[in-house]
Amino acid sequence: MSSAKPVNQRAWWFVLPVLISVAFSALVPLMTIVNYSVQDILGPDQAVFVGMEWYQEILRDPDLHGALYRQLVFTAAVLALEIPLGIALALTIPARGWRASLVLVLLAMPLLIPWNVVGTIWQIFARGDIGLLGYVLTRLGVDYNYSQHPMDAWVTVLVMDVWHWTPLVALLSYAALRAIPEPFYQAARIDGASRWAVFRHIELPKMRGVLTIALLLRLMDSFMIYTEPFVLTGGGPGTATTFLSQYLTQKAVGQFDLGPAAAFSLVYFLIILLLCFVLYNFMKDSR
Amino acid sequence: MARIDLEDVGHRYAGAADAWALRPMTMTWSDGGAYALLGPSGCGKTTLLNIISGLIAPSRGRVSFDGRDVTALAPEARNIAQVFQFPVVYDTMTVFDNLAFPLRNRGWSGARLRQRVEEVADILELRPDLPRRARALSADQKQKISLGRGLVRPDVAAVLFDEPLTVIDPHLKWLLRRKLKQIHQQLKLSLLYVTHDQTEALTFADQVVVMSQGEIVQVGTPEALFETPAHRFVGHFIGSPGMNFLACDWTAGAATIGGVRVETSSKQAPPAGAKLSIGVRPEYLELAPTPGANCVPVRVAAIQDQGIHTMVRLEVGASFAWAKLRTTSAAPTPGSAFARLPPARCALYADERRVA
Repeated sequence: MSSAKPVNQRAWWFVLPVLISVAFSALVPLMTIVNYSVQDILGPDQAVFVGMEWYQEILRDPDLHGALYRQLVFTAAVLALEIPLGIALALTIPARGWRASLVLVLLAMPLLIPWNVVGTIWQIFARGDIGLLGYVLTRLGVDYNYSQHPMDAWVTVLVMDVWHWTPLVALLSYAALRAIPEPFYQAARIDGASRWAVFRHIELPKMRGVLTIALLLRLMDSFMIYTEPFVLTGGGPGTATTFLSQYLTQKAVGQFDLGPAAAFSLVYFLIILLLCFVLYNFMKDSR
Repeated sequence: MARIDLEDVGHRYAGAADAWALRPMTMTWSDGGAYALLGPSGCGKTTLLNIISGLIAPSRGRVSFDGRDVTALAPEARNIAQVFQFPVVYDTMTVFDNLAFPLRNRGWSGARLRQRVEEVADILELRPDLPRRARALSADQKQKISLGRGLVRPDVAAVLFDEPLTVIDPHLKWLLRRKLKQIHQQLKLSLLYVTHDQTEALTFADQVVVMSQGEIVQVGTPEALFETPAHRFVGHFIGSPGMNFLACDWTAGAATIGGVRVETSSKQAPPAGAKLSIGVRPEYLELAPTPGANCVPVRVAAIQDQGIHTMVRLEVGASFAWAKLRTTSAAPTPGSAFARLPPARCALYADERRVA
């Protein structure tokens, strides 16, 4: 700027409350974790500095590799199912009228249910003896048992997540679709565009911003999934549904290995951060 | 290019079945004509336009292009180009792909497609922008793309504009308007231009169609609309300020204002019982210090010097009128005076309509 404006440095005081709350909610806990991750804590007053040792141990741990692999496959499957399904749902919701309201309310219901209740619902729903789904499948001759077959457990967790969270993607997409002005559709009709062309060249580009948000939310959430598989299968059978956060909990709370657990928390955090960063920039740049 | 005939076309929107958005009307738009549809918001202009382009199926009546009934045809089958108020471009495509889109939807490809798109780009001066992303362009260029997507079809029947200059910067408006007019002359296209801006309508069109409350109240050249408004609404709407309407009586076969006999250009007698007024443009009112023929006593209430013109607010009995006078050294003064209504320049209006 060419003309010098008077700068009021006292304005910085307004930032102070935010800085303080961020410090206590994020920075201090984070630094505690960093602190733990480089020490071997033997007792309340006994700690030994171990440097990168925990990190090396963690990164070589085959259990972690297994959990990470399952996690990546799970998250990829969640995104690959929920995003297209959510868009497809949004496209079929009526634009206005009482039917639209009804559909929206029904659609939003899974979002209102607490995580652990979702797990409990599906735990009963999928039981072979009394659950509607499990009973029907068994009677149809399908050898389905989520507490014994790893694949069944895995698919059940996936279907549960799709049931729980696809409405979020659908509601976001629906909002974006309603925001497209009518002349875009009118122009497309005059241009003789097919239904697919309308979706590809009008609706999808206009939904892009919202879909970026949906994708990031589902990526982060599914990457941190804990409660539902914990309630449903407890991570089993075996390690079939042990995802990263379960692995972390086992380390930190179960075995009380605070050092490795702290080191792993940071690695976990960095993985999510990296994924989000890459995804966000990909969605932004390809506009 | 085509002649467009509307026969008894009317429309009511669903949910408002008792109200005509467009009252049944019959109208012919000649081939190659430049028409402006002028009227306030909600008068049915856009409804009329959308009926012609096929975006709305009229509740009744028949639309035909060159005698061919198109009432049941979808928009893409009518070969209409329509430009909307807000620029509609396909964001993810280049300018070239935008212009090529309607042709590709018809199965065009290769050199034929490229050649046609480049021809249209040349007409619109978009040639250098062809490889650019459409979203990166300014609003006026986007409007040109919208227009271009209509023009690329070689058999385009008519070009419809729905207030296309609303979001264009003022200094670009007249450039774009001139470009549109130039394209009209070059391609001899039939052109319908919806606007609520009278300057836009009057400078753009050969024929101006003035609409009010779902009804066409007058069709005419800009000059005819100014000189002989067929309807009080036209008199009000066209001109700045609009026409003065002075309440009058009908006594002994002549119009009188406050007992003063006033000659008008109307030759016929008005229907009995109608509410009468005399319409005269502010531009044609003259002030005189002394009484004379066709002069009514007035009181000069306010004077505004607007540079080349002086606006004078006159009280005429219970009503008031504006006079737009050329600024001279002899400025009017507040107080009593006489306003002369030139007989050839004023007309009698019965209720809303001009008496012939």
